[in-house]
Amino acid sequence: MNNKERLQRQEKIRNFSIIAHIDHGKSTLADRILEHTSALTQREMQDQMLDAMDLERERGITIKLNAVQLTYTAKDGEEYIFHLIDTPGHVDFTYEVSRSLAACEGALLIVDAAQGVEAQTLANVYLALDNDLEIIPVVNKIDLPSAEPDRVLQEVEDVIGLPKETAIPASAKNNIGIEDILEAVVDQVPPPPGDPQAPLQAMIFDSLYDPYRGVIVYFRVVEGGIRPGDKIRMMATEKDFEVQELGVFTPNPEARDELTVGDVGFLTASIKNVGDSRVGDTITHANRPAPEMLPGYKRMNPMVFCGLYPVDTNNYTGLREALEKLELNDSSLQYEPETSQALGFGFRCGFLGLLHMEIIQERIEREFNIELITTAPSVIYSVHLSEGETIYIDNPASMPEQQKISSVEEPFVRAEIMVPNDFVGPVMELCQKKRGVYSDMQYLDDKRVTIVYEIPLAEIVYDFFDTLKSSTKGYASFDYEMIGYRESSLVKMDILLNGDRIDALSVIVHRDSAYYRGKAIVEKLKELIPRQQFEVPVQASIGQKIIARSTIKAMRKNVLSKCYGGDVSRKRKLLEKQKEGKQRMKSVGNVEVPQEAFMSVLSMDEDN
Amino acid sequence: MIQAVYVHVPFCEQICHYCDFNKFYYQYQPVDEYLQCCDQEMKRVTSLYPPEEIRSIYVGGGTPTALKSTELDKLLSSIAHHFPKRASDIEYTVEINPGNVGVEELKQLKQRGVNRLSIGAQTFNEQLLKKIGRDHAPGDVERTIKAARKVGFNNISIDLMYALPGQTLEGFRDTLAEAFRLDVDHVSSYALKIEAKTVFYQRWKQGVLPLPSEETEAEMFQVLIEEMEKNGYSQYEISNFAKRGYESVHNLTYWNNEGYYGVGAGAHSYMGGVRRENLGPLPKYMTSIKEGELPIREEHHVSKREMMEEEMFMGLRKKAGVSKSMFREKYDIELRKVFADALDYLTEKGFIKETDEAVSLTEEGIYFGNDVFEQFLLGEE
Repeated sequence: MNNKERLQRQEKIRNFSIIAHIDHGKSTLADRILEHTSALTQREMQDQMLDAMDLERERGITIKLNAVQLTYTAKDGEEYIFHLIDTPGHVDFTYEVSRSLAACEGALLIVDAAQGVEAQTLANVYLALDNDLEIIPVVNKIDLPSAEPDRVLQEVEDVIGLPKETAIPASAKNNIGIEDILEAVVDQVPPPPGDPQAPLQAMIFDSLYDPYRGVIVYFRVVEGGIRPGDKIRMMATEKDFEVQELGVFTPNPEARDELTVGDVGFLTASIKNVGDSRVGDTITHANRPAPEMLPGYKRMNPMVFCGLYPVDTNNYTGLREALEKLELNDSSLQYEPETSQALGFGFRCGFLGLLHMEIIQERIEREFNIELITTAPSVIYSVHLSEGETIYIDNPASMPEQQKISSVEEPFVRAEIMVPNDFVGPVMELCQKKRGVYSDMQYLDDKRVTIVYEIPLAEIVYDFFDTLKSSTKGYASFDYEMIGYRESSLVKMDILLNGDRIDALSVIVHRDSAYYRGKAIVEKLKELIPRQQFEVPVQASIGQKIIARSTIKAMRKNVLSKCYGGDVSRKRKLLEKQKEGKQRMKSVGNVEVPQEAFMSVLSMDEDN
Repeated sequence: MIQAVYVHVPFCEQICHYCDFNKFYYQYQPVDEYLQCCDQEMKRVTSLYPPEEIRSIYVGGGTPTALKSTELDKLLSSIAHHFPKRASDIEYTVEINPGNVGVEELKQLKQRGVNRLSIGAQTFNEQLLKKIGRDHAPGDVERTIKAARKVGFNNISIDLMYALPGQTLEGFRDTLAEAFRLDVDHVSSYALKIEAKTVFYQRWKQGVLPLPSEETEAEMFQVLIEEMEKNGYSQYEISNFAKRGYESVHNLTYWNNEGYYGVGAGAHSYMGGVRRENLGPLPKYMTSIKEGELPIREEHHVSKREMMEEEMFMGLRKKAGVSKSMFREKYDIELRKVFADALDYLTEKGFIKETDEAVSLTEEGIYFGNDVFEQFLLGEE
């Protein structure tokens, strides 16, 4: 290809992504677009093609980004090259979303015709606007009986400021409006700017570790071009590699001997660690480097921490290997070895958010077959010591003694909750309970309200979202952003089993609710921990002071008496089941504690 | 070598609230046909596994005495026909229901060689009997025992249950006192266990079954053990107590991990290293027999590892425990070599005692039998 051809081709490229709230039909629409463009047959088409990992499919959310090159013959008779870049749909991955949006010139904004605009959607719209994208609103599911396209269109105009005339009515499920959407992409999304002869600047928006080929880097070429064999440099990490494979997904990987301005594809270069290809970093040529990085790169810092311990201590090495492998694929996962008196050797892990944490836990249990004990999630506390020093604590157990502390600060978030106005009461009640400080309330229309609270991050890391959903019949949508540290009256509460302080159960609570929480926790533990062969006192303490107590009575008898008429298999099954149950428990001191007990310290239903 | 026979009679005149054995309401059942099928099954298994000298026969249920005397006779004559070689000291037990067995029937059993009766007394508290769905009265047990003695039965066992809904410790003591007064030779005593597919399970799920606490259950178990020993019954197995010389030969077959025939719908057998469970529903069982098959629902070839595990978790139920020399002879390996970890762990906990000759439960270990047995599951190889 000569430069003229490159420029002509560049004119025909359209890069876009799909912004949608969970369940609003993003994956289905992506599937339809694939059907209408590529040569994918129905048989090849697995439902919801873009969500690759099982876990994603099960949870109905997209974790890993993906990019597909499609060819579309438009009504004007010209053939266009589409790059559809998928984005994760959860608040934990805001940065990754912002980078994949940065790889596009346009975005399809999917709004559910029945449910309207949601908080998360809005957050992503703002990200898209930040990246200067052309936004094409699509009102999906218009064929649902509950659809209210007019109301939703008005909302799109009022809330987002996009003229309602531009919105495309569609039903991805029933193939309505798909052509209109594709034509709009051709007409409204601008072709990528950039000079194919300039020094290379390509932005990484995702990477994936493959055990045979090393890291697979997903990138978008912004300036210049790239070929196999090129010596490339990652500008943030300043590491050099040689390009081995280069290609695009159609959606199957296909090799290319050149990718140029506007192209979205992948490369491999014997990169051993995803940490060397960070999302947002700029790829350039080692021998002809670009003068500067593309804007927007930042290193993601974990916000939520918890301890991960293998139930079977023999699996410690296995757990380390699992984390190493996952880290290859996930540069925002952090971990370091940690020792708990109660749980033995494990790791303190940092995550972008709760969903990220759950995903990692599930993958370790599922893909690596390691049963885990997870301690209650914590945030980073900033602790000012009496001596003047400030330390940061991500594990409640390592909180210094009370008398050594002059003050404690904790991270706060600004939580934006969008909800039908019938539920304003329950939402405010919940936020107050979670130590939220009221900040603002805005009516979007006569039915919908945005409520803004400033809430300690620690209060939302556990069950805030679930409680919010259940107290609003699932109508509330929620988004948050960090707003910094504030001083709070916080104390460490310890839990003692059989007189021993169990470090893994320590929790940092607000002083005012300590008694109440202590009582709730010891009662909950009494329920969760099965009877042992001796009586086990369960206590909650602040410093030396016991503030709550309950007792797990000793087990008195556990023997099968029945003969079962020679049914030995049944006896065997009973014993096997019992044994399996015990293996899921952790022996702490000499008390057998089930996994869920370690999470229970935060899962108190405050109404009890 | 198979020296024990179990025959299952899956018919009952009333269904107890706690029972999850394979059983059917007697009325309208194809009893004759069933008995014919049992005969066929005996013929078939004995041709596959020719019987040795039989040391114990156990006819259980269900309720064997729900059969009419002609029917019962037919069943016993089948057994006699297919298992002709009998040890001189054979133990031949039939389960009977107090209240519906008359002198004539008892005589008939005696004539057929039955020499041990197992009576489902369960409790001597009239209200409790009703609550658990039994239709006999407490006095029926005494009448039946007296009649049986008169006919010449000198080995009589009763079943007693504890931890029944609403049962008190005192009530259980009264029941035990009555058993001693009746001077039975053997007592099996089981704690009520709520099993799926029973009336009790339904009630329990609805939260309307007032079961005694675990403390009370443990106390009852303790009282049971103490009272039995005091009155001359030795706890030769966790739930079984006997006067000297009256230990059940048949049940010891199970605990000694030896083979047994199992005939009838839903019966279990252990023949030639294979554990089998028969089809439970009558039509299935009978169809299978008529088609010339063994009426198997499930069968499992027991591996050596499993056999050793079973040797332990069954054998430790006995007061005598598991004999090391027997183990060595049977498996050609030292017991300790296979189960060192479990033995050390449990000895330290005080649940088992190990001598040069045997491994057995301690007094404390008896209460936590399941925690002990579990340790002898070796897991996958």
